[in-house]
Amino acid sequence: MSNKELLVAALSRKRVSFSKGWYKFSRNPLSVFGLILLISIILAAILAPYIVPYPKHAGAFTNFRESSLPPSLKHFFGTDTVGRDVFSRVIFGYRFSLMLAVVVLTLSIPPGVILGLVAGYYQRTRIEIAIMRITDIFLAVPPLVLALAITVMLSPNLFNQMMAISLMWWPWYSRLVYSVTSSLRHEYFVREAELTGAGKAHILFREILPNCIAPIFTKMTLDAGFVIIVGASLSFIGLGIQPPRPGLGTMVADGAKRLPAEWWMAVFPALAIVLVILSFNLVGDGLSDMFSVEEV
Amino acid sequence: MGKYIVLRLLQALLVLLGLSLLIFFIARVMPGDPARVALGSLATHEQVQNLREEMHLDKPFPVQYYFWLRSVLKGDLGRSLYTRRPVTTDLKAYIPATLELILFSLLISLVIGQITGVLAGYFRNSWFDGLSRLISYIGVAAPPFVVAIFLLLVFTYILNLTPAVGRLALAQRPPPQITGFLIFDSLVAGKFDIALEAIKHIFLPAASLAVANIAQESRITRTSIAENLQKDYVTAHIVYGIPTRSITFKYLLRPSLIPTVSVMGLDFAFQLSNAFLVELVFMWPGFSRYAVTVMLNKDLNAIVAVVLVIGVAFSVVNVIVDIVVSFLDPRVRLQRTEG
Repeated sequence: MSNKELLVAALSRKRVSFSKGWYKFSRNPLSVFGLILLISIILAAILAPYIVPYPKHAGAFTNFRESSLPPSLKHFFGTDTVGRDVFSRVIFGYRFSLMLAVVVLTLSIPPGVILGLVAGYYQRTRIEIAIMRITDIFLAVPPLVLALAITVMLSPNLFNQMMAISLMWWPWYSRLVYSVTSSLRHEYFVREAELTGAGKAHILFREILPNCIAPIFTKMTLDAGFVIIVGASLSFIGLGIQPPRPGLGTMVADGAKRLPAEWWMAVFPALAIVLVILSFNLVGDGLSDMFSVEEV
Repeated sequence: MGKYIVLRLLQALLVLLGLSLLIFFIARVMPGDPARVALGSLATHEQVQNLREEMHLDKPFPVQYYFWLRSVLKGDLGRSLYTRRPVTTDLKAYIPATLELILFSLLISLVIGQITGVLAGYFRNSWFDGLSRLISYIGVAAPPFVVAIFLLLVFTYILNLTPAVGRLALAQRPPPQITGFLIFDSLVAGKFDIALEAIKHIFLPAASLAVANIAQESRITRTSIAENLQKDYVTAHIVYGIPTRSITFKYLLRPSLIPTVSVMGLDFAFQLSNAFLVELVFMWPGFSRYAVTVMLNKDLNAIVAVVLVIGVAFSVVNVIVDIVVSFLDPRVRLQRTEG
């Protein structure tokens, strides 16, 4: 076979495995529903300034003549106490929530994965003990607690919130990758690479890491939802995005003070939080179906 | 078995020591002089200097940590700058309310989760199974404070069934404190009306915490029941004419109890942090609301104590879970004593 033929074969095999993956994913209608929901939310968040009815309401806008209006065709989710359109603010709120998830996962996954690979590869050495015990320490407290403590001691804003949550998130990945790596450590393909004199970096990143991609990817999708929960919780307490910018958690907290008469101020942002997390969870479940190999 | 427990305890101790180092480090590297913060801006330079010496702040970090750890081990966590009381006094006052809340929520989730799980497992792919699956998805996706808001809206404001805030109505006198668990104490004192009122008050916050667990536990139980129903030994029991009820309770629930216990253990610790916001919503005078309050007030001693308490709870529960699981599952027990 010529090089070109090999390439074509490799590519077509990729395509087959993709369509097979999609088949597994799409067999569960809930996953497909989640995916559509998630894509819509992401698109809405990205295009927010162009699609929401009142883009100016995402900031320090006031119009007391239209304050505290119930939901109507003009304001789908009603207006808040200073007359801002809740629907527009919710869509903008998604921007910050999604941005938080992206930043936290981008910052925390690489170090977590590398530490997990190293600890799993150097089993029964001091390196493994050091890394995994430190991981245990971080895992001994729910992420919200330390993230809260750190955000408070720095000062409460979006940037510090991101840093604090990222600092709490890597251990989950180091533990995940560690368990995969240590189970593969003595497989023949790793042994063979060692015997042929491959460098440590090659073994870790080219031989072992590809086997961790599926679980990392699945966990990442599910975690995006969890990160958004932690972020919304912090901003519910008042430690996230500072007003007048719209944080979903902040909006729920402010709206909760107006219950029950002006229920829309809390209910719609709360539903928005549930919706985005639900969509991430459904997609995550679909991915884990897709990567599962139980049935051929 | 004994050796396993001892090893597990040692490991937990090590983690706690590490956690204390971490939190102490975070509290000390943060900008701001703890002595200055403690005394306020009106204190003279000399007073601050004296307190710095008293708090060992003038010494290097490891020495500070040593002195701090020594007093923690003696049970002295310092004084809260916010309440102006020793932190341990505060903790003693607030922890029972939160423990009661979490235990109550675990009870709710265990009962409802098992019942719905068993039913969904028996009637697989029925409308009940579908409904419980849908509710589970939403239950897992809704953070506790969001659930709290919805429950508050429906049960308190629309249906008018439950009170909105606190542990008891203002007019009611709490029973003499024995355990600090209001329901238990009032039952012991024979004051059933107060116990009822306490249950009314605890119901919504506990349910808010329980929803996600119910979802999770019901799914676990369903999967386990569905799996085991197809096994030969169950068919054999049915053929022998053993009543369905005893098959369910004796043979089907037990294997599903093992993952449930593990999950519940983890949940217990996570509930301490979930309760942070739920206690805020319901003005529940507990540990978690105290934790949020001291954090917002940058009360260093109390923050360190709060994080440590959660860490201790987490570690202790994990050890207990491991031991309980090994009792429930003979395979795990054997593996560990032999291995």
